[in-house]
Amino acid sequence: MGILDKHGVIERNATLLMVLSLVVVSIGGLVEIVPLFYLQNTIEDVEGMRPYTPLELTGRDIYVREGCYVCHSQMIRPMRDEVERYGHYSLAAESQYDHPFQWGSKRTGPDLARVGGRYSDEWHVDHLSAPRSVVPESIMPQYAFLKRTALNIEYIEDRLIADAMVGVPYTEVMIASAKDDLLAQLDPYSDGIDSLYANYDERVVARNFDGQEELTEMDALIAYLQVLGTMVDFTTFEPVASR
Amino acid sequence: MQHIIKAVLLGAIVLAAAFATNFARDLSYQVSAIVIILWAGYLFIREIGKIGNPPAPVETGYMDGVVRAGVIATVFWGITGFTVGVWIAFQLAFPDLNLSELTHGYLNFGRLRPLHTSAVIFAFGGNALIATSFYVVQRTSAARLFGGNLAWFVFWGYQLFIVLAALSYVLGASQSREYAEPEWYIDIWLTIVWVAYLVVFAGTIYKRKEPHIYVANWFYLAFIITIAMLHIVNNLAVPVSIFGSKSVSLFSGVQDAMTQWWYGHNAVGFFLTAGFLGMMYYFVPKQANRPVFSYKLSIVHFWALIFLYIWAGPHHLHYTALPDWAQTLGMVMSIILWMPSWGGMINGLMTLSGAWDKLRTDPVLRIMVVSIAFYGMSTFEGPMMAIKAVNSLSHYTDWTIGHVHSGALGWNGMITFGALYFLVPKLWFRERLYSDKLVNYHFWLATIGIVLYASAMWVSGIMEGLMWREVDAQGFLVNAFSDTVVAKFSLLVIRGTGGLFFLTGALIMAYNLWKTAIGAGEATPIKAASSVPAE
Repeated sequence: MGILDKHGVIERNATLLMVLSLVVVSIGGLVEIVPLFYLQNTIEDVEGMRPYTPLELTGRDIYVREGCYVCHSQMIRPMRDEVERYGHYSLAAESQYDHPFQWGSKRTGPDLARVGGRYSDEWHVDHLSAPRSVVPESIMPQYAFLKRTALNIEYIEDRLIADAMVGVPYTEVMIASAKDDLLAQLDPYSDGIDSLYANYDERVVARNFDGQEELTEMDALIAYLQVLGTMVDFTTFEPVASR
Repeated sequence: MQHIIKAVLLGAIVLAAAFATNFARDLSYQVSAIVIILWAGYLFIREIGKIGNPPAPVETGYMDGVVRAGVIATVFWGITGFTVGVWIAFQLAFPDLNLSELTHGYLNFGRLRPLHTSAVIFAFGGNALIATSFYVVQRTSAARLFGGNLAWFVFWGYQLFIVLAALSYVLGASQSREYAEPEWYIDIWLTIVWVAYLVVFAGTIYKRKEPHIYVANWFYLAFIITIAMLHIVNNLAVPVSIFGSKSVSLFSGVQDAMTQWWYGHNAVGFFLTAGFLGMMYYFVPKQANRPVFSYKLSIVHFWALIFLYIWAGPHHLHYTALPDWAQTLGMVMSIILWMPSWGGMINGLMTLSGAWDKLRTDPVLRIMVVSIAFYGMSTFEGPMMAIKAVNSLSHYTDWTIGHVHSGALGWNGMITFGALYFLVPKLWFRERLYSDKLVNYHFWLATIGIVLYASAMWVSGIMEGLMWREVDAQGFLVNAFSDTVVAKFSLLVIRGTGGLFFLTGALIMAYNLWKTAIGAGEATPIKAASSVPAE
């Protein structure tokens, strides 16, 4: 093993040791990460994806804050039982506006990638407030405090601007009307509803999500849960074999 | 003059933090700013008091004060992290322990789980790595730590990072990136501390008196450099406001997932493996009083390990929306990784050649050997779980949790305990440990605890994986998700009990180390003999 005898050179030279280590540990990441930004087939071409509405985005931030991803995945794998249980397997396109992604790594509770529209708002309010009142076997913590916590919407424009800076297609119009759009989503009969539909999609679900007068964090979280997995139009989706 | 500059700088930090407290947009940010005011304010007053003092005498000899502090911090954070772990383990069996109504959700599982993982990996493991690396690099280089008090800055700066991170999770600020949950301003602080750590460590190596850099230091260096790279890239984010915690990650969806698990797996690979191998390469030969088994093996497995680990990230994303080519690449590299991992295990275990009899008499060596055995076991299990077919069953289940803990409790925990038992008598100038019998109790409690934990999680994980996929003759799913939750109950209780065993062992260790440090049962300290000056 003559070549190993030359290793003494590296062992006597700290700079060489550090530079070589850095080179060696850089390679794997470069090969695996960088192409994902360039290969065209990384993200599927689908119809129906749109950025989250301000209310959904605020709800998503609550989902992140509470650490829901610790127990719930949002990534359905293409296996028979998962597709049967949760619906169509998840596409890369479906999380393309997710900064950060919420795929999760553990299913202490069920997958939530397509939970949108599966349960009524009332069920969600009951379940989040006292999980065992609707699912006796559940081990989920209670989130009743969301119902009692007013939603902070003071900085919603800044929130959209930050997302726009990292590539989410929020236009200046969307940012300017963020607060109005957020409030409009809670009342389908309000004046602002047309702006909300125009900015996002006519299919945006607008209603009073938690059934209370006040605007609470519960409203936002349920709005987010109800949109999960509902955006892509699967009637027009064709899987690409080369992916 | 130096004191005046420092005082001005610290005063400026206090003012900036006061400003930030006033304009804070959320609770976590505000509390962080207050912590910084208190911290910088205390140092400011201390510096003011020092103005006009004559310059401190230049110290020579090994700088061990900071290592002693690191040992204390390791034990403290270890017990904190284990306690939170036991608590959240029982939360999963008895959800009322979340105390959601009482605490307004602040102690819900979703907030405490990052607290547990960060406390054990970064607070316990990180302090152990920093303390042992400072000890080892001085001994193997025959040089005092480089940079004077910079080593103290690393120590205290790192504790500040831990406190800020812990508070932020409970108060509701998280990036939701596993093992990288701290928000942007905490990440920036950690970057500064980490660069200082690199300067101290590499600086000491540069001024070494030994011609060769010892193998433990290769691992420590690779760990420090790689963690810097991973930390910076994975935490690239745009803050919503400089007065708030919230930030959005630069990448989204599939690219973000790949980046996160490139980081996540190498937090394991470099923080919990390369760094701890550095520990093994110093303390095991020392305790066994034998040279490292094979020099050539250490060269081959060092380069192979650091090259291959980086590729293994995609095995966390099997069958997801990550393109197949990346998944396959990750799987193949993960399986190859088995070899250099076992290279390390063989090198560690075989170091005992000719000294195996010591296992009968030396409980500390026994702890180290068991830690290497657990290392070997979990680095076999890991590549196996990285195979797509196995992963399709194991992913999302408790099996993953069991795997992580056989590595974390068995390997990282036990090798750290071994190093602590080695270090405390040396650092506090004692002849020997207070009690070998207590070490023995610790050994058995920890080992039985890990076995209970890992086996409960194997059964639970494989069971729920099989239950999820079970279909009847007509092709319908047999089990509702809630059926699997019910089925796991007894196993979750056993898991929590295993954790309790492990925690009890650590408490016994803390007592034993404390008694050793204060010199209980010893006549006189042996100060003169141990403190050989470095230069």
